Amino acid sequence: MERKSTAVAGPVLEVKNLSVSFRMYDRGLEQYDLKVISNLNLDVRPGEIVAVAGSSGSGKSLLAHAVMGLLPENASVEGEISYGGKLLEQKDMERLRGKEFALVPQSVTFLDPSMKVGPQVTGPRPSRERRQRQREVFDRFHLAEAVDRLYPFQLSGGMARRVLVSTAVLSGASLILADEPTPGMDLEMALEALQCFRELADEGRAVVLITHDIDLAFQVADRVAVFYAGTTVETAPSGDFLRGPEALRHPYSKALWNALPQNGFQPVPGFQPYAKALPKGCLYAPRCPWRTEECGGEIPMRELRGGMVRCIHAT
Amino acid sequence: MSGKRIWKNVGRYALRFVTLLIAISIVSFVLVSLSPVDPVQQYVGAVPNVSMEQREKIAEYWGLDKPPLERFFLWAGSILHGDFGTSLIYRRPVLDIIGEKFLASLALMLTAWAFSGILGFTIGCIMGNFHGKWPDKILKKLCLTMCSIPTFWIGIVFLMLFSVQLGWFPMGMSVPKGLPADQVTIWQRIHHLILPALTLSFLSFANIALHTREKLVDVLESDYVLFARARGESRFQVLRRHGLRNILLPAVTMQFGSFSELFGGSVLAENVFSYPGLGAAAAAAGMGSDIPLLLGITLFSAVFVFVGNLLANIICSIADPQIREGFDHET
Repeated sequence: MERKSTAVAGPVLEVKNLSVSFRMYDRGLEQYDLKVISNLNLDVRPGEIVAVAGSSGSGKSLLAHAVMGLLPENASVEGEISYGGKLLEQKDMERLRGKEFALVPQSVTFLDPSMKVGPQVTGPRPSRERRQRQREVFDRFHLAEAVDRLYPFQLSGGMARRVLVSTAVLSGASLILADEPTPGMDLEMALEALQCFRELADEGRAVVLITHDIDLAFQVADRVAVFYAGTTVETAPSGDFLRGPEALRHPYSKALWNALPQNGFQPVPGFQPYAKALPKGCLYAPRCPWRTEECGGEIPMRELRGGMVRCIHAT
Repeated sequence: MSGKRIWKNVGRYALRFVTLLIAISIVSFVLVSLSPVDPVQQYVGAVPNVSMEQREKIAEYWGLDKPPLERFFLWAGSILHGDFGTSLIYRRPVLDIIGEKFLASLALMLTAWAFSGILGFTIGCIMGNFHGKWPDKILKKLCLTMCSIPTFWIGIVFLMLFSVQLGWFPMGMSVPKGLPADQVTIWQRIHHLILPALTLSFLSFANIALHTREKLVDVLESDYVLFARARGESRFQVLRRHGLRNILLPAVTMQFGSFSELFGGSVLAENVFSYPGLGAAAAAAGMGSDIPLLLGITLFSAVFVFVGNLLANIICSIADPQIREGFDHET
């Protein structure tokens, strides 16, 4: 797929040391905090697609919800989320979402089943211009005028996805967070869906593409951030993923590459730790072949060969 | 919806209606035949010195000497001709009594029904909206308490409090005592209606509120509400555009489906308040062994409940886009 990176300016979105924890109830009335995201770092520049890749339960979707200020009430957030260099508070997020930030959810269940698509997408009391604009955006995604009057359950899978993407375009947002837009799709459909995001990025928007279809992510993204147990272990240009494990930095990224079907399908023993029982220091240490004494200490994110890595042994 | 489909549905409901009535007739007739009620004794009542011969003559006159199966067909045959027989306690045709009492009950039931529906839905919305916060906690406990209070008991409490202690409302009946019917004003009727209606609405009000709350909480935690908020809709807009839209239909369906509880409740409420409606008549017919009236009311209540469920289904199929538009797609 053709890719022209236009990323020049500073980051639109910058997430620094983000931690998200949930207040949970244990047996009886005992409370504890479940830390599902810890010390996560991410940044996106205009015109760039950053893929966020990781297995289920690594905190990918929560990152999107945290940025949009959509976390449930029992969640507490630490760390910094800044937009255009300005630090965001909850009320800023509420103001910006739907205008500067747009979420592209994964399936048709994110549309109200009892409301026709057209009015649902334009929002409450739309102006004439907004309705006109909605028509233009729908036209761009080959959604006929009749689609406006359909209910979500009447849409085909492809139509539903294009409707969801068009909500982001209609909002005019400069930051788009796409949450698993391609699950259960065959390669051709998935590439078509991802092509939409490439076009949006090429128009100068910043796109965060949350996915576990990692091989697809390399194809379309400019950079890939690898998530493990709620934190970023590596951020690398997607070219590195195409070149292979030698170009990658973190042992988990290498293992991930080796586990892909086309690269040998080699599994790594062990499993991602549950958020309630995180190991001290490096979260990957229990499964890591490079593990040493020092891995039990604090592991900072550091720059390495044009990417970022959270590993003291990476070279 | 196509015309063909409408006729198909009408046919289906008609068939269901007829089989329901046949089944109800058989079951209630069998139950009455098995019960120790003796219609002759009831007819003779307190009149002393009625000889066995006279009793047999009465039984023969009524056809009570015939086998039960034949009696059933005789009874069912007259019902088909619109003859429900004569009430033993009121000494008037059963249909006239049902018509007259039902009108009185209808005012009571409609008031209670509308009251519990509107109030229950509103309180349910408030609880759902404040889910987990103190207004929800307080109202929820209140509703759960109300769910577990028996209708007749709350009726007696209302009577003691509002009629005896405070004297705001009359003690019972539907009109003031000793006043000619044509001099009774509408305000007096309403004045008599309030307490029984309030009692009756207590039956379903808390249920509706809790049900609505549950639905609203589900909707507010749904994916589509999350996405609506992500698109920048405010809390109020989300509630109005997505919340109410998605809970109104189940609430209306449930409300129309509650006709059976309403009828059952009216028997208790009308007895406590001596309100001369169909519920009180049903109880009187049972106590007084008035078999024609009892069977008539049973059949009538079946029709009443059936109509409620039918209305619920019709409203559902008109208002729910998935059902409405789904039909068009099917064929």
